[in-house]
This record gives sequence, structure tokens and C-alpha cells, in this order.
Amino acid sequence: MKIQLKKYFESNPMVPSKLKSGPINNKMLGLLFVLGALGGCKNESKQSTMLGTDDAASKVYVAPGKYDDFYMFTSGGFSGQVGVYGLPSGRLFKVIPVFSQNAENAYGYSEETKPMLQTSHGFIPWGDSHHPSLSKTDGNADGRWLFINENNTPRIARIDLKTFTTAEIIEIPNSAGNHPSPYVTENTEYVVAGTRFSVPIGEKKDVPISSYKENFKGLVSLIKVDKETGRMSLATQILLPPFDYDKNRAGKGVSRDWSFFTCYNTEMANTMLEANASQNDKDYVMAVNWRKAEEYLKEGKATEMHTPYYNNHMDDGTQSAVTEVLNKQMILNPKDCPGMVYFMPCPKSPHGCDVSPTGEYIVASGKLAALIPVFSYEKMAKAIEAKNFDGDIQGIPVLKYDAVIAGEVQQPGLGPLHTEFDDKGFAYTSMFLSSEIVKWKLGTWEVVDRIPVYYSIGHLMVPGGDSKNPYGKYVIALNKITKDRYLPTGPEVCQSAQLIDISGDKMKMLLDFPTIGEPHYAQAIAADVLMKNNTRIYKIEENHHPYVAKTEKETKVERKGNEVHIYITSIRSHFSPDNIEGIKVGDIVYWHVTNVEQDWDVPHGFAVQGANNSELLIMPGETRTMKWEPKSSGVFAFYCSDFCSALHQEMQGYVRVSDKNSTAPISFSLNEQK
Amino acid sequence: MKKSSRIIVAVLSVGLIAAFFFPLWFINLEAPQYPEGLGLKIWLHQMGGDLNTINNLNHYIGMKKIYPESIPELKIMPYLLGFLIAGGLLVAAFGKKWILTLYMIIFLAVGTTGGIDFYLWGYDYGHNLDPHAAIKVPGMSYQPPVFGSKKLLNFTAHSYPDIGGSIIILCGLMTVAVALLEYRKAKTTFIQKKTIEKKGIFPKPEIHPEMVFG
Repeated sequence: MKIQLKKYFESNPMVPSKLKSGPINNKMLGLLFVLGALGGCKNESKQSTMLGTDDAASKVYVAPGKYDDFYMFTSGGFSGQVGVYGLPSGRLFKVIPVFSQNAENAYGYSEETKPMLQTSHGFIPWGDSHHPSLSKTDGNADGRWLFINENNTPRIARIDLKTFTTAEIIEIPNSAGNHPSPYVTENTEYVVAGTRFSVPIGEKKDVPISSYKENFKGLVSLIKVDKETGRMSLATQILLPPFDYDKNRAGKGVSRDWSFFTCYNTEMANTMLEANASQNDKDYVMAVNWRKAEEYLKEGKATEMHTPYYNNHMDDGTQSAVTEVLNKQMILNPKDCPGMVYFMPCPKSPHGCDVSPTGEYIVASGKLAALIPVFSYEKMAKAIEAKNFDGDIQGIPVLKYDAVIAGEVQQPGLGPLHTEFDDKGFAYTSMFLSSEIVKWKLGTWEVVDRIPVYYSIGHLMVPGGDSKNPYGKYVIALNKITKDRYLPTGPEVCQSAQLIDISGDKMKMLLDFPTIGEPHYAQAIAADVLMKNNTRIYKIEENHHPYVAKTEKETKVERKGNEVHIYITSIRSHFSPDNIEGIKVGDIVYWHVTNVEQDWDVPHGFAVQGANNSELLIMPGETRTMKWEPKSSGVFAFYCSDFCSALHQEMQGYVRVSDKNSTAPISFSLNEQK
Repeated sequence: MKKSSRIIVAVLSVGLIAAFFFPLWFINLEAPQYPEGLGLKIWLHQMGGDLNTINNLNHYIGMKKIYPESIPELKIMPYLLGFLIAGGLLVAAFGKKWILTLYMIIFLAVGTTGGIDFYLWGYDYGHNLDPHAAIKVPGMSYQPPVFGSKKLLNFTAHSYPDIGGSIIILCGLMTVAVALLEYRKAKTTFIQKKTIEKKGIFPKPEIHPEMVFG
């Protein structure tokens, strides 16, 4: 066999020639044998180079009908949504609507989901989603929920990973630019958020902008997450100097009680920040002890503030969003709470703030600095104990740089932004300006490899790279600019993700794929963790919607003054009822459509001519309501807008609208032929 | 009857109890849109599986909906099995061959009737179609097979015994086997008796030299 293998190996065109000379062990022979067999042993030199040496295509190829290894969730950025992709294929499976209305499935248009987008500013149809964050148990993703922040009108959403739908949105009061958000603590005790933009809060909000230093405040919010239900509630807010707080990460392992933030604009400028906030050689990394904050809150150290804010959640029983308007915040001031907040000096305008898998190292990327500083948790704890301070800012001690720094990565590249980690003690930092990913070693701080990306990378993500146990298989570059990378689509072109193999010593580019909106950050989780909990249908017997019709016998049309409620069902391939009369111009008509199917992947759509609204897309066992105000008399057609069955084209009905002063009674029927 | 035969029949009767707890028969439907398949499970007293989905799909071709509560067999079958169990225990208790014979005949009759009834139900279900059905294929009927596989439009139906049915079939066959052995035993006993009469109670062993000296 040995001889045969060797012969095969030497005559195989798939094997690069430089490997043919020199010592070759049996294991290698076996491997090459398999590779050769895969390639079909044809004398096509191009194909053999691809599979024999690079092998990139086969590493991302997921055969038809096979599954990807990971789910990847990317933020939609200015789209306000979340994209769900498979890795390594890069295939887009779904866009989860979160902060923006989605006409495709009526999120934010149907009566049930409209309240999800209610805020203290009224109904907001759009949001800017930045950082997805998977819920964690013991520092690893547990696959229960995905949190994501809204930057513009500060909010945090919780997505249920059984149904891939938005389950809750909480507004964060007294905040602006909810950017350092929403990073979860080691066991999802809290979702931690901060303010990128400091603003005046409390009683005195109408103040001159020039009074920035005096009247503007920064804040960190601790949002408690219920262990069972996932429901979010604002536990406390910590008052801070008016800096810009940029990014945050919860500690883990040794640093589990802490949350770390990068700060810029420590100059406290309120105009022309690009210059005025870039003056100080050092800004800060802020360490917040959330465990201490919890204690101080219990001890009654907090003062109350009363800014109204909204908390919207989907009720599983009624399948409808419920809005609660809340009006109380517990504010902690670090001045009264020693040991809760510290500053660590950090080179120039740091952006990313990332914690190594053990929790020992905090990497802050000074985006205008020529090096990457790495802080040590152990040294920080010692410096705090020894009171190794360099003064304080508004009662918050500043630790000495030399006392807390673990090391500096020298000349890593230009514009370091974010860092993720693998399982072998390496860190990967994205370089916005030099458009590359740089790999370096924790402990020695040596750069060991670099790979160009196309172009201008923002975040990067290693599946599990923010957890205690990263999967050291891939790093994904999330790029801001694509320019000439794809077929051009006019002035507006896509942003992209790039999949890079990090299993070997050298990083290898495998795949390049476009993304929805702007992929600020992403999270990935092993596919089997989510697949086993996936919801296929909503059980009709568990549907407690107030306007549900669980069977065709329960369907009806009711008039209440000028409101008409239509309880209608859909099942392949008809609506019940499908002939409706007695509606008048000026009526407000509510179509309560229940999809009574109980089979996976049989949604029905619902559209009615002239509706100033989106269609409905109703999952099996679900009830969704469309508000319709007909403007003129006539007969209007309605139909199923999701190809449901062989007789989908027959799935239609008519609704008759009479003049305002008509006395025609309500009538409805199905299959009554005259 | 031999003591061992009586024990076997008793064990088989008790074994039949298991058929109360498992489906008797399954019909699996495969189609391109249903890679995981659709299953119909027939129990002694009920029908389960993807009944609602199958009912909904079948309305296109005008097949009647299956309502388990309106199928009288599902009410009778548990008693029939109870009767078979009691019968088996009686056979074991009395140990009379003629009771065993009677029991075997009844067992086989019940089984055969069940099979024929299942066929007739399937025939009615597959042929008695709503004339207003959306999909009418001339000459096409949708009778599921009693045993085996059959293509019905885009579905392939596989009908086979499930655990409960297998238990009953196995017990039935073993009862027949026990009966046959009993008859054979009767015959051999008769022959042995004759041999003893001829050769005495201890017949002389026949010794061949090559057996001894190899």
C-alpha cells in the first residue's frame, strides 16, 4: 500500500511539484490521496491548483441540502435590522426586523407589532442598529437571546432565538447616542449601555450648548435581564463626566464584576470634535464595577430622576406587543460610591475595548495612536488596592498608566479599531486606515501575521471570540467600503463581510460576500445550539389573541359603531369568509387574519386593494391585524400574497364597500353559491 | 399439551398486552415538499401523527377527512385484543389441545378480518371522493396500500406494521407454531410408543466400530 500510495502521489497532477521532492510522511500521503480522489484526478491544471493548494472554494462550499456550521448575526446598521447568515457559506437566511418597519412581514405595520416601535418621542419607524450581543451563561453564548442597541433614539432590543423575532425593546432615558451598548455580563445578569453623546438631563435640559462642561452628563445604564423570561428592566444609571463613551465590554473570569468602556472627547468639546476632541495625548479606559453599583443601589445611595421612557414587549399569549410607560430612574453618583468607577489613561481617542478570554487583558485600540495598549486586570486590581492614583476627575480616581499597562503592541498598523481572540492565545485587531487584520500574540505583544481586507474594516468577529471559549476557526472582517469589489450598482454599493481562515499559522482569505445595511458588528454561534430549539409553528390552542378565530366556525364580522372587526381565517387555499358586504365608506376596518395551518413553512399573506398599509404575513397559528380605511365605494379584492399551495392563485375574496349613508347590513359567507 | 407449550402460550398472551401501548400500523407519506415525511399512526383505540396536515392536504383531491371518533373499529379493537389475551390464558390454564386449536382459528380469523377491514376502509377512503374536488385525475384513486408502498400523485405511501402490529403478528405466528409442534409431538409420541413396544424400554445401543476406533 505504501508503494502504491507513493506512486499515486508522484503521478498525481493535483500535488504541487515542490511537495513531490523531499521527505513525505505517510499521513501526508494519505491526505493527498484523499484530496486527489476528490479532485477526480483529471489533468486540469487550473482546478488542481485551486483544490490542491488554496482549497478556498471547498472550505466554504456547503453542498445543496447541507447545513452551515454557524449562524452569524450581523447588525443592519442604518437599516435598523439584523441579518442572519450561515458560515462558512455566507448565505443570507433572514433579515430580522428590529428597529425599522418592515413592509415584507408587517412588522411595525400590523396592529400587533406597531407598539414595538413606540417611544417617549412617539412612533419611530427607523433605527440605527449597531452591536448584536448573544446572551451568555458562564461567559459563553447560550443561544437564548440576541440583544442589539439602537444608537439614535437610545433603545435596546431583545430577539428571541427560538422564533428569530424581536421580543422586547426598552428605551434608555437620559441617554443620547447609545453606542457603547449592549454588552452582556458573564451570566447575562445585566445588559450594559452607555452614552456616546453627553446631553443635559434631569430638570434643567433647556440650556446653552456652550454650557457643555457644566450642564451635560454622561451615563452608564445597567439593564437587568430576568433569568427566565429575558424581560429587561432599568436597574440603575451611573452619572459620569461629559465625555464621549465609545465602546464597552463586560469582563469575564477574573474580571467578571467589571465593565470596561473607552472614552474620547475627554477635552469636553461641544463643537468641531474632529479637531477639538483629538487634542489630548491620552484619553481613558473606564472601569465600572457593576457588582459595587448593585450594592450601592441596595444601600440606598441612588437618587431618583423622572424621565419618561417606554418598554415594549411581545406577549406570547395574545401575540401582541404591550407598551409600558415608565418614569423612574435610580441614579448613582461615583462621588458617593467609592470603588465603583476608575479611569485608566489610554493613548489617543480609543475606540474598541475588548477583553481576552480569561478576562485578564483589556485591549483598547487608540484609533489615532501608533500602538495598541493592553491593560492588565490583575495590575489594575493591585493599583486600586495600593491607591496608585494620578488625581481624579469629578471624584473618579485616575490610575497611573504604568501601574495598569500589561504591554503595548508596537507598530501594529494604522487606525486600530477592534480586537477579537482565538483559542490559541492570539488576538486579531482590525485596522481601518491600513485596511488589514493584524494577528498578534497575547503576552509577547508581537505581531505574527497580517492580511489585507477590502476595504476599510470596522469590526471583526471570531465566532465565540468575545466569549471564554472562542472557536479558532475563522475571523470575519466587516468592511465599510467595497468600491470595485462587486458588480457596480450605481452610486450606492453594498458593504461586505470577508471570511478568513485562522486555523493555521497564516491567515487565509476564503470568501467575500455582501451584507445588508452596514454590518457594524456580528456574533456567531454553533448551528446545533439554535437548531434544536427552533420554533416551527405557533400552536393554535395557545393563541389567546383577543380577535382569534381558531376554526372557520368561529369566523365572523362585527360592527361596533364605525369600527368593523373581521375575524377571518386562512388555510390552503381559501379565506373564510371570502365574501363580505355591509362595510361603508368612513368605517375603520380591522382584518384579524388567523392562519389556522399547523404545518411548518406554510405562511399565508394577506393584501387588500388600496390599503394604505403593508401586507400581512401570517405564520401558522398566528393572528395578525391590518387596519384598513376604505376611501371609496365599490368591490375590492383581497388575496393571499405568499405562494402557499397549488391553488394559491384561487386564494382570494371580495369585500363590498357601500356609500356612507348606506343601510346595508353586515353579511359574510364562504361557498354560498346562488 | 406439553407444559412448555402452555407456558409459551401464557407468555404470548401476556405479551399481547404490549400492543395496547404501541401503534399497530403506520402509513408514511413522502413528497418533495415533505422531506421529513408525513406519518399516520393507527393504534388500537386512536389515530395519531400528522392527521390534521394529511386531512388538509387531502381536501384538494376530495378525500374525506379522517375523524378518529367516527371510526367504530377503534372502539371495538381494544376489546378484541382483550378477548385474545383472555383466550390465550384459558388455553394455558386448561392445556387442552382442542382449545388451542379453537384459539388459533379465532386468532387467525380476527387477524384476517382486521386486514380485510383495513383494506375496505382504505378502499372507501381512496375511492369515495368529493365530486367538487379541485383536483380530479381521471381514473385515479387514492387507496393506501395495506402492506407495502404505492405512488399516489406526488406522494409515495408506505404502509407497514408498527410495533403493536408486529407484536400481534409475531404472537399469532408463534401460537400457530406452538399448535403445529403440539400436533407433531402427538405424532412422535405415537411413534415412540410403537418403538418402545418393539425394542423394550431400553433399546440396545447400536455401536459402530468406526465410531469407537475412529
